[in-house]
Amino acid sequence: MKLLIILVIVLAIIAIVQLSKVYEFTRTLRKSKEEEISPADNKLNANLMLVWMSVFFIGTLYLYARYGEYLPEPASEHGKDVDWLMGINIWMITVMFFIMNAMLFLVAWKYQYKKDRKARFFAHDNRLEMVWTLIPGVAMAFIIVFGLITWNKITGPASEGAMQIELYSKQFAWIARYPGQDGQFGAANYNLISTKNEMGIVSKELIAAKMEELDSEIEGLKAQLEENKKLPVMPESYVETLEDKIFRLERHKQRILDLGEYKTANGMSNWVTGSDDQVVKSELHLPVGKEIEFVFRSQDVIHSAYMPHFRAQMNTVPGVPTRFKMTPTITTKEMRGKLADDKFDYVLLCNKVCGNAHFNMQMKIVVETEEEYLAWLEKQKSFGGEPAQEAAPAEGTDAPADTTMKAAMPAAQASAKMTH
Amino acid sequence: MGNAEHTAHDHSHDHGHAHHHEESWVSKYIFSQDHKMISKQFLITAIVMGVIAVMLSIFFRLQLGWPGEKFQILNFFLGDKWAPDGLLDKNAYLAMVTIHGTIMVFFVLTGGLSGTFANLLIPLQVGARDMASGFLNMLSYWAFLISSIIMVASLFVEGGAASGGWTIYPPLSALPQAMPGSGTGMTLWLISMVFFIASSLLGGLNYVVTIINLRTKGMSMTRLPLTMWALFVTAILGVLSFPVLVSAAVLLLMDRSFGTAFYLSDIFIQGEALDVTGGSPILFQHLFWFLGHPEVYIVLLPALGISSEIISTNSRKPIFGYKAMVGSILAIGFLSFIVWGHHMYVTGMNPFLGSVFVFTTLLIAIPSAVKAFNYITTLYQGNIRFTPAMLFSIGLVSTFVTGGLTGIILADSALDVNVHDTYFVVAHFHIVMGMSAIFGMLGGIYHWFPKMYGRMMNTKLGYVHFWVTLVCGYGVFFPMHFVGMAGAPRRYYDYSEFPFLDWVLDLNPIISTFAIVGGAVQVLFIFNFFHSMKYGQVASQNPWSSNTLEWTTPVKHIHGNWPGAIPEVHRWAYDYSNPEHEEDFVPQVVPMKPGEHAH
Repeated sequence: MKLLIILVIVLAIIAIVQLSKVYEFTRTLRKSKEEEISPADNKLNANLMLVWMSVFFIGTLYLYARYGEYLPEPASEHGKDVDWLMGINIWMITVMFFIMNAMLFLVAWKYQYKKDRKARFFAHDNRLEMVWTLIPGVAMAFIIVFGLITWNKITGPASEGAMQIELYSKQFAWIARYPGQDGQFGAANYNLISTKNEMGIVSKELIAAKMEELDSEIEGLKAQLEENKKLPVMPESYVETLEDKIFRLERHKQRILDLGEYKTANGMSNWVTGSDDQVVKSELHLPVGKEIEFVFRSQDVIHSAYMPHFRAQMNTVPGVPTRFKMTPTITTKEMRGKLADDKFDYVLLCNKVCGNAHFNMQMKIVVETEEEYLAWLEKQKSFGGEPAQEAAPAEGTDAPADTTMKAAMPAAQASAKMTH
Repeated sequence: MGNAEHTAHDHSHDHGHAHHHEESWVSKYIFSQDHKMISKQFLITAIVMGVIAVMLSIFFRLQLGWPGEKFQILNFFLGDKWAPDGLLDKNAYLAMVTIHGTIMVFFVLTGGLSGTFANLLIPLQVGARDMASGFLNMLSYWAFLISSIIMVASLFVEGGAASGGWTIYPPLSALPQAMPGSGTGMTLWLISMVFFIASSLLGGLNYVVTIINLRTKGMSMTRLPLTMWALFVTAILGVLSFPVLVSAAVLLLMDRSFGTAFYLSDIFIQGEALDVTGGSPILFQHLFWFLGHPEVYIVLLPALGISSEIISTNSRKPIFGYKAMVGSILAIGFLSFIVWGHHMYVTGMNPFLGSVFVFTTLLIAIPSAVKAFNYITTLYQGNIRFTPAMLFSIGLVSTFVTGGLTGIILADSALDVNVHDTYFVVAHFHIVMGMSAIFGMLGGIYHWFPKMYGRMMNTKLGYVHFWVTLVCGYGVFFPMHFVGMAGAPRRYYDYSEFPFLDWVLDLNPIISTFAIVGGAVQVLFIFNFFHSMKYGQVASQNPWSSNTLEWTTPVKHIHGNWPGAIPEVHRWAYDYSNPEHEEDFVPQVVPMKPGEHAH
């Protein structure tokens, strides 16, 4: 196989060499110079301009016809505005695309070299130039105004009654959190993250559990060092590594001790409001017709929550919560009917490169009527005081430690894809 | 113009010198301080880098076109670790995407394009013996070469090359735990970049100083050819924006190696809550794009300058609206500094700030449109000679228009929400950078090859090269708009995990096929380039009947460029088909006839 590839390459090069030798030989025979473009060549290239233009335009029209309906109709309220604006913009740039390219290729063809003609000395024309400064100026003013109106609608503050859902990203899965009965998310902090508390939700018990975990880890390390003092077998550098590790664990404990407790709007402690939060790893359920404000957080690197069917996207940034609001308007069932596709599902994708399984970091979105939604929500376990059992669904036992190590699809995806 | 006389005097000194001492091979070809040799060094390094980058793109296009299929050729080039049995590894895929982008943007289109043509043309077109500092110029090349070598070497380290995309956003790029490519490969990427930026600054300062100080007598700023204006503004953009990337890169190095947290906060990874709080990953993006957006024009402006020159020469017409062309270069240059936020509409940036960036970004459409119209008007009523360089320049105008128009969609924040980071973006910037800027570079090579090597390139091969490249370029990048609008994110290894994309994915094998053919046809160009260097027809002094000063120098290169005094300039560079003259071109050195009107 390797030989064959090399052989093909070598043969191709020899062929080119031979061809160009023949060409140069004939050129010397005719005593023509390389820079003198023969009338035949000029004509050929001029005609190719026309041929290419036709191919290009027909190809473009074909692509518009075949793929122009790029996504199903928007399934969110602001999505309609976005699509309307997109329609106008696409229409404008398509017209300009055809005009400009046609002008270019036609002019190039028409004014091909003729021996008896002299080019017109036409260096500038202020009026013409003013025209084509003003035309794009006016077009841009229009685009800016309509663009910003839509932008302000999309990014304005969520209304009072909007429900909140938290979307949490990590390599390589999405986790959703619903605020539960009290309508308040519990505090969350990355220092409390463990295999059983993947979002780092804060409660007194969880703090105690984490502190205990850290303490025992520190003790273990210290014991190792003690052993080594009695019988030094560790290399110096390993001792340093362990000491460094202990130092970092102590710092970790300190950060947990620094956590503050606050009163939320309904007078409860934000260390308590987390107990009824519902953490869902399999599917994201949304009620139709309700305004939802997503709050995005990230565990490790930047991800991007992309929901193309809702024309919605927002990055999730570690340390910097972000928000995006939207109102779903079409249930999954309705959309399946419209598309005549029983298997259609809305989907949440990751759209910011985040590691090797980036291409498969997804979560199914289910939009349903409010009754269906509430019924579903009721079945979701609350985070509760005993997180060890409740927060970790059976399929979610993947340790964060090994997600990137696996070349194949990590367990995290498997769980995200699994329907219940 | 005391300066010019001064250099003229210097030269006679130099010249005598050169005759007495033959230069050694090393100082002529390796540690050369002659701008013409340095320009060739840049070009050849860039061609080598370009070949690597194109090959990488074909490797990952194989996976994208036919996901999961095994290609022995991948195994042949990448070995068992990256392509076991010929199936591209996921980490390797990201590494290729990243290094392809990095090499293309920085090494080919910044170092290669500016380095080649600024070095070759600035002294020749402004009428100078050499660059202001030949020594700094040499250092600029050597820093470029070192950075190129480090970048290529990073492909071979344990864990592979940097894999977080050419924009290397932290925390992904800052945390070696996050992916294999964020290990040694990423460190090398950053070190390579620091050398690259040093190269770019040394070069840029030299270009600016040379254009301002070393113009020959009569070469006022308003008589500069547009190539000079474009390269001048490009160099200023580089000098002002690249230092910001150094800061961004150094802070990132510190986050990676010294435990700082400029870009990191609240991170839990690989079972450990990191001891980092208070940094912001978004800060990096601001710093990066503060360079990154001017960078787009650092890539594009030289190509626009080159094509202005080529289109005017080969239409046998003055460039239409010289002042407007200069004005739009300046306007684009200025605006490019205040639009960086349009890369960040969905980072959670304040929406009002987003609005400001929408406004400034869309303003760029105006000078860009002026340029496009002026190109077409230059062709209008011309007498067009289709040299390969001219074909590439016409291709440049077409792609500049096509790619520029889709920029309007991306600039509009409300629309960007849905197409951000999808293939629509990939289509947009490849048509403007991958096609327009590359076409400018290729056009420039065909046009100035006789000046560089004293020989002509083969025209027929040039034709084949152009037409196949144009068709394949559009064939690759135009359909990507539709893939992107259908919701396909970029930098995905495999799209078959998403049923809603199935219906557009039949475009992927087509795109990949065009990419392979388009890549293969570049072999023709490379062959033409190296073969003509040695065996091409010997060039005449002014093969394209051009007006600019570089065509008054002897075909065989000499130190100091002109054997006698530096010629004086009497007119602008665009007196083509001037009715007051018999010939259809009037070089800049021809004195004004009594009563002739100046432009």
